Amino acid sequence: MEKQAHTIIDIKNLKKSFGNQKVLDGVTLQLFEKENLVVLGKSGSGKSVLIKCIVKLLRHDEGSITVGNYELTNISEDDLMQVRKKIGFLFQGAALYDSMTVRENLTFALSRLNKEFSKNDIQNKIVEALENVGLPDSIDKMPSELSGGMKKRIGLARTLVVNPKIILYDEPTTGLDPITSNEISHLINDTKTKFNNASIIITHDINCAKTVADRIAMIKDGKIYKEGSLQDFLNDTDPYIQSFFK
Amino acid sequence: MCNFSPKYASETMPKNTSHSAKSMLNLSALTTWVIDKSSRFFIDIAHAMAYLKTVLKNVITKPFEFQEFLKQCYQIGNKSIGLVSITGLIVGLVLTIQSRPPLVDFGAVAMLPGMVAISIIREMGPVITALICAGKIGSSMGAELGSMRVSKQIDAMEVSNTNPINFLVVPRVLAATTMIPLLTLYADAIGIFGSWLGINIKDNITIALFLNQAFTQVDFMDIFPAVIKSFFFGAVIGLVGCYKGYHAGRGTESVGVAANSAVVTSSLLLIIVDLIAVQITDLL
Repeated sequence: MEKQAHTIIDIKNLKKSFGNQKVLDGVTLQLFEKENLVVLGKSGSGKSVLIKCIVKLLRHDEGSITVGNYELTNISEDDLMQVRKKIGFLFQGAALYDSMTVRENLTFALSRLNKEFSKNDIQNKIVEALENVGLPDSIDKMPSELSGGMKKRIGLARTLVVNPKIILYDEPTTGLDPITSNEISHLINDTKTKFNNASIIITHDINCAKTVADRIAMIKDGKIYKEGSLQDFLNDTDPYIQSFFK
Repeated sequence: MCNFSPKYASETMPKNTSHSAKSMLNLSALTTWVIDKSSRFFIDIAHAMAYLKTVLKNVITKPFEFQEFLKQCYQIGNKSIGLVSITGLIVGLVLTIQSRPPLVDFGAVAMLPGMVAISIIREMGPVITALICAGKIGSSMGAELGSMRVSKQIDAMEVSNTNPINFLVVPRVLAATTMIPLLTLYADAIGIFGSWLGINIKDNITIALFLNQAFTQVDFMDIFPAVIKSFFFGAVIGLVGCYKGYHAGRGTESVGVAANSAVVTSSLLLIIVDLIAVQITDLL
């Protein structure tokens, strides 16, 4: 089914439980082209579960998720591969493969998603991706030799190297010092400007949200509590919302 | 989950509860506990079977990760060869020194090389090698995959359109299945050499004569079932190590649990497989 042109992810009444614990209880949310959507919420509110459902790392119980023209509920393996080609996922701890160098980490992602690329193409794209995150000299380092901020950058390079239309950031600034957090936040903005992609940024870091958000959605009790611009949230007198922005 | 505790059941009962009522309550708690444990056991078995089916399906599914397979073969061989050498040598040596006195008493000391060679080839070589590798390789697989699970590397692989079973589990299982028989044959050779050293503590015998005496009594049906058995040992070590790591829980503690559980479970399964193999060999 063809979706409205500017909506690239359409989530309707999404429900997900783990045993008796309802984590998502009817989330409805859209991601539009070329926007940074920040999803705010307390720890354990289901933010990460939401984006894991979008790439089908977790299977949702009810509702629908549509990415581009693909509805994920009963998607085939081949179609899921096409969906995953469009989506880059930056994990909380970057999830770099310990046993591989930075070069091998990026090659792994690129060669498996784009089997038609030659070795030269792959090398050029890796160098370009590392330059984009400001770490071209780390190409032959092992992940254990990198700092937390560098890991996040390399994780982002690994995400960017496959040129995704959508990037899902799972708490990109968690565990980083304020300066590095700020750098990562600006890198998210630069990425959007340069590659014109849309992003969902899961965070509870308000400074990051203020820097990157075009739109904010707040999750509470498994539902979208409020959706709007940063200004809408700053002007809201609701004590729960204010507790985030104080 | 129900934690069966007859003591707790009796402590929480009103004091005027009759003896028969107490017994009924204990019986009820016991029944719940047994049902809970047994259902959990069968669920675990079902999970393990589903995992085995997925792995077997992926063995014949393209692409086959040949580079990863070679890397794992090297890792397994390289990691274990030192330990296997030392253990094989000592087992051969000890077995010879321990067996010599009774054979001397019976005047059958000439049988010593053959007897030790058969013991090593049929049982000691495969089992000792497999148990050492279960400790060394099984724990390493459990810890490595467990750590990858905890740090979301397996999820990252899936998002990159790579089937983690195909990339991580299949090459490890096949590498263990290939390398354990080779390590077993190597351990057999080292063990037999150790036996020759053991004999030379008291006697003086050339290696040629020793080998002649040993292999006069060893036939094909001593070697063949042992090699086949060691293929199964390798598969058990690979499958269990990867299963425990791949299904590790969250948090760093689960990495240790996965590694430990991989060793304990695979060691137990190795003994069971050995028992079955011995029974089958006995029928041949």
